[in-house]
Amino acid sequence: MAFFLLRRIATMLLTALCLTFIVFWLTNLAPNLEKLAKNQGNVRMTDEQVASFLQDRGYAQPLPLKYAQWLGVAPGWVIEGRDGTTRSRCNGALENGVLPEDARSFCGVLQGDWGYSTVFQDGVGSIIATRLGLTGKLMFWVMMVMVPGALIIGVLAGMREGSRTDRSLSTVSIITTATPEYVSGVVFIAVFASTAFGLRWFNGSATSAMENATFENFTLPVMTIALYGMGYIARMTRASMAEVMTAQYIRTARLKGVSFPNIVLKHALRNALIAPFTVIMLQFPWLLNGVVIVETLFNYKGFGWTLVQAAGNNDIELLLGVSVVSVFVVLITQLISDIGYVYLNPRISVS
Amino acid sequence: MEPLSWFEIITRVLIQFMPVWVSLISLFTLSFVYKRRLGLYGKLFDSTIGMIGFALVMFWVFTGIFGAFDLIITHDPLSQVSSMKNKPPGTAIMGVEDGQYPYYLFGGDNLARDVFSRMVKGAWVVVQIAPLATLFAFMVGITLGLPAGYYGGRLDTFLSFLANLILAFPVILLFYLLVTPEIVDTGIPNYMAMVLFIFPIIFVGVLLNSRYRTQPKVRTPLLIGVLGVMGWLYLSLISQPGTALTVLPDAVDLFNLQGGILVVFVSVVFVNSPTVFRIVRGLAMDIKTRDYVAAAQTRGERPWYIMLWEILPNARGPLIVDFCLRIGYTTILLGTLGFFGLGLPPESPDWGTTINDGRRLLQIYLHPAMVPAFALLSMVLGLNLLADGLREESLRD
Repeated sequence: MAFFLLRRIATMLLTALCLTFIVFWLTNLAPNLEKLAKNQGNVRMTDEQVASFLQDRGYAQPLPLKYAQWLGVAPGWVIEGRDGTTRSRCNGALENGVLPEDARSFCGVLQGDWGYSTVFQDGVGSIIATRLGLTGKLMFWVMMVMVPGALIIGVLAGMREGSRTDRSLSTVSIITTATPEYVSGVVFIAVFASTAFGLRWFNGSATSAMENATFENFTLPVMTIALYGMGYIARMTRASMAEVMTAQYIRTARLKGVSFPNIVLKHALRNALIAPFTVIMLQFPWLLNGVVIVETLFNYKGFGWTLVQAAGNNDIELLLGVSVVSVFVVLITQLISDIGYVYLNPRISVS
Repeated sequence: MEPLSWFEIITRVLIQFMPVWVSLISLFTLSFVYKRRLGLYGKLFDSTIGMIGFALVMFWVFTGIFGAFDLIITHDPLSQVSSMKNKPPGTAIMGVEDGQYPYYLFGGDNLARDVFSRMVKGAWVVVQIAPLATLFAFMVGITLGLPAGYYGGRLDTFLSFLANLILAFPVILLFYLLVTPEIVDTGIPNYMAMVLFIFPIIFVGVLLNSRYRTQPKVRTPLLIGVLGVMGWLYLSLISQPGTALTVLPDAVDLFNLQGGILVVFVSVVFVNSPTVFRIVRGLAMDIKTRDYVAAAQTRGERPWYIMLWEILPNARGPLIVDFCLRIGYTTILLGTLGFFGLGLPPESPDWGTTINDGRRLLQIYLHPAMVPAFALLSMVLGLNLLADGLREESLRD
């Protein structure tokens, strides 16, 4: 088990390195840097001015070196600019051109130095921490609605395969999987929050939910995300439940005279929940997508909204920070789902 | 003129869709008559769910195709009639000119364009891109997944690592990184197109070569012909004047995709292929232990023959089902791209873009966003139902 874990973690770190390098490369391509220079400096800069602006700020170094500096495994640059100021990566502009004695020479993600966001004018680390907290609140409620809902639907549908309950619940879950968040969100807003339809039960915007989440302003975003994932998990639970219900030991229990509710709750449920567990964990990457759409749609300024802002405004360091976090979320959930699968299902051996 | 009542709107819309009804009815009649001779497709007509799904899908396919020939639409999807801004469904146009349809059946959007015609035209964008992109993703997935599953070992480890790498990316982040104008300027999507679109050629080439290897007289002309045509199509597809890749001169360049469609196409194929790879790899690993594969190996067949002519046909059931589901997923992805305003031009009538336009005034005017939303919903639902029906029918034998 220890070897398996080590191997998985090593692969995970390698994946994370590769992915962050790809994002780093894509965000540091020449046209992106030129746009950055023109945004920060002057829109009417000539090509030469752009080149010197980028060189003075360390962008003109070779890509692997820049990546190593960003990561924090290579010492940050100190460059004497053509405009006379000496700048350094870790300590900003230097007054007399020399680094102070106690200055850090390494400052990268590993040292906890995530850079500075040009859009929000704030440190990337603190932005991500606040935004992630807000999204965490959203995700918590999504999970609270989605997981029990999906499991109940799946178990009810799968315990008597082919019955009318099964047919209708399966249709419901197919419909929810066919409704992407931007469709269900729009429909929800139209039905429950618009003046045109008349039912003004909920708020169409979740901006106020960032401070103070209430039933009115938080229901629609939570329902929108939960609904899309719910159908998928419910179908997996149904399939696995239906399979378990045909197993020999269930028949034995029936012949022994155990009542049907008891069979479902005590005998079948435990085994039927192994498959949905992995599916729920693997839903996380998808939820991340849903979060981006829903936060944009409902104007809830969380992590997904930050991603859109960073990507839309070419905020390189914020975008890198966001990618690192999201990639790690995905990889860690994959790891947990692998471990959980082995743990829950003794038939799978690790080697 | 008076605005139309709901009943009149529905009747007029149904009449507008007349070519679609005719084609649907003839398709279903024909399929019913020859049901027993049509294999898996015919068996689909034994399951109610499958039939409903197929009807929904074909409705949108026919709508897309007829819409492309300007048959169903009532107005030009880009033309604006200034008095019709945000007007509710069924509003009559003031001062109708000759030959102009006198109503906006589903109302006007915030730029006073006809919502109904835009919905119909939006179907064409989906019908054009989604099946083809899915097919390309399948070619990539199959061409890489079969050897990975069949040989295993280092090749498998490497390819699986690559697939997991792409899968660990949040899709929207990937879209933002690939589809922004700055990145498009560097030509990266074009180079990706160059790599991804070569897989169908490799696939077909290897497929034919492994089959006719022993009959050089058939093989050589066949390969030259097929690969020649495909190569030309390939070069025309990837070569775009004004971008980093201009391989062919204009005279022999067959077609040029307009307005960012290539970029959208590439990113959708790129996102879908790792999942297909994983499915194919799993199936290949399962099927390679069967007796008929062992028999073929004993017979001395080449590995690629075994992969493409023994393993692949026996993996078709799950692959067909996944193909349907994946077209639905691709439709959702296209909508996502449109929703974030990525790739397609802002005036494009595709459903994602129209939903995004409509949602800004959603609190007051429902119809501009609701019409494309329900169109997208019904199409994806149809594909899911179709996949469900196919799964049921293919499991039956």
